[in-house]
Amino acid sequence: MSRAADPDPVQLAQGVLSGDRRALARSVSLVENGTEEGRRVLAAVYERSGRAHIVGITGAGGAGKSTLTNGLALEFRKRGHTVGVVAVDPSSPFTRGALLGDRIRMQELTKDPEIFVRSMATRGELGGLAAMTADVVAVLDAFGKDLILVETVGAGQDEVEIAGTAETTVVVFTPASGDDVQAMKAGIMEVADILVVNKADLPGADALLSQLQAATTAASRGRLEVPVLATVASKRQGIAELAGAIDEHRERLEHTGRREEQRADRARRHLLAIVRESLLDAALAGPLADGTLEELIQRVASRDLDPYAAAARLLGD
Amino acid sequence: MAPDTTERPIRVLIAKPGLDGHDRGAKVVARALRDAGMEVIYTGIRQTPDMIAEAALQEDVEVVGLSILSGAHAELFPRVVQALKDRGIDTDEVLLFAGGIIPDDDIPALKDLGFQAIFRPGASTQDIIAFVRDWAATRRDGG
Repeated sequence: MSRAADPDPVQLAQGVLSGDRRALARSVSLVENGTEEGRRVLAAVYERSGRAHIVGITGAGGAGKSTLTNGLALEFRKRGHTVGVVAVDPSSPFTRGALLGDRIRMQELTKDPEIFVRSMATRGELGGLAAMTADVVAVLDAFGKDLILVETVGAGQDEVEIAGTAETTVVVFTPASGDDVQAMKAGIMEVADILVVNKADLPGADALLSQLQAATTAASRGRLEVPVLATVASKRQGIAELAGAIDEHRERLEHTGRREEQRADRARRHLLAIVRESLLDAALAGPLADGTLEELIQRVASRDLDPYAAAARLLGD
Repeated sequence: MAPDTTERPIRVLIAKPGLDGHDRGAKVVARALRDAGMEVIYTGIRQTPDMIAEAALQEDVEVVGLSILSGAHAELFPRVVQALKDRGIDTDEVLLFAGGIIPDDDIPALKDLGFQAIFRPGASTQDIIAFVRDWAATRRDGG
């Protein structure tokens, strides 16, 4: 059977809800591709989502996020949860290609049928990444995964956006990240629910731990307390404690009523991201196809036209 | 040529079954396909047939490329094909190709198994890219 003869969305959705992993994989692709079929699958499974706990794992490249995600998935399985993993890597803005290598550090997960790992490229979507991630997470959630780990690309705006899809955001540092800590503090510290110093067996770990402690104390006024933990993911050290902190965060969200608030926040972000993207698509489809967009871009580049005037033409004002 | 922004990228799994740990060739192919605009999932060395098939299922790839240098292809490749079939993935649905040290005599058997091309040391990455693209173009046009 070819791709052209994909099963219909209703059938796929039924597959997802009845635990068919192949249907899940195919549904994730459709949703990721932003197709009409994908939207219909999402529509059919959406009411069954909202049960999973969604955990974002973020931090600079080389911080050991994949290894940590691997350890966490195994730990939560030990605790009896089923696990979904979404591992995001960057697409090249020039070729749109991507090398998705997170599975290298998650080989053990492939042996457990109750763990589903999906690699996802950022695809250079104009602000569409957050919506795409939220869509994929919703399908895994509806499938019945108890816990969904979303591992993100590295530092940057994407991180903050993706953090918006998670209920618990874990930010990972290493003693080697040094100056990065300063750079990351601004946006990332505000979204962090748990801070981790990974590779904590390296020199400088203690200093970084106390630095982060101090930073969270200053930043956490009016928020839930942000724990700072040490791990050595490659040796499975500190993983159980991290899993414990994630569980605790979830409980606190529930007890304080913060979870309901967060749900509304996430729904708002998801909805607005979709609206933004749809408006953009609708506005640009024609100009993209007939070359007007490219022509206007050139005119702005050569200062023949200012960008607001160009935008007004695109929007038909 | 500007990439067609409406076309979704081709998803490819590159895997190394068996025990040999030399993955330079696999990485070269993975990077070449990435640079050609594909989304390449690279799973690393020492993959069992079940791990490869499971990754192909979860990642919903259209293309699976196996790299092997150990000479164990005659033993391992049928097991990969079987592991895919066990998961409902038919070899006429997914493009299978192989690269590595594979003697002439073994090629007919691999083709019978469903491997549509065998690339040996010295094969150009351009050939591999063209091969995958052609297949995907035919497949997506409605094949």
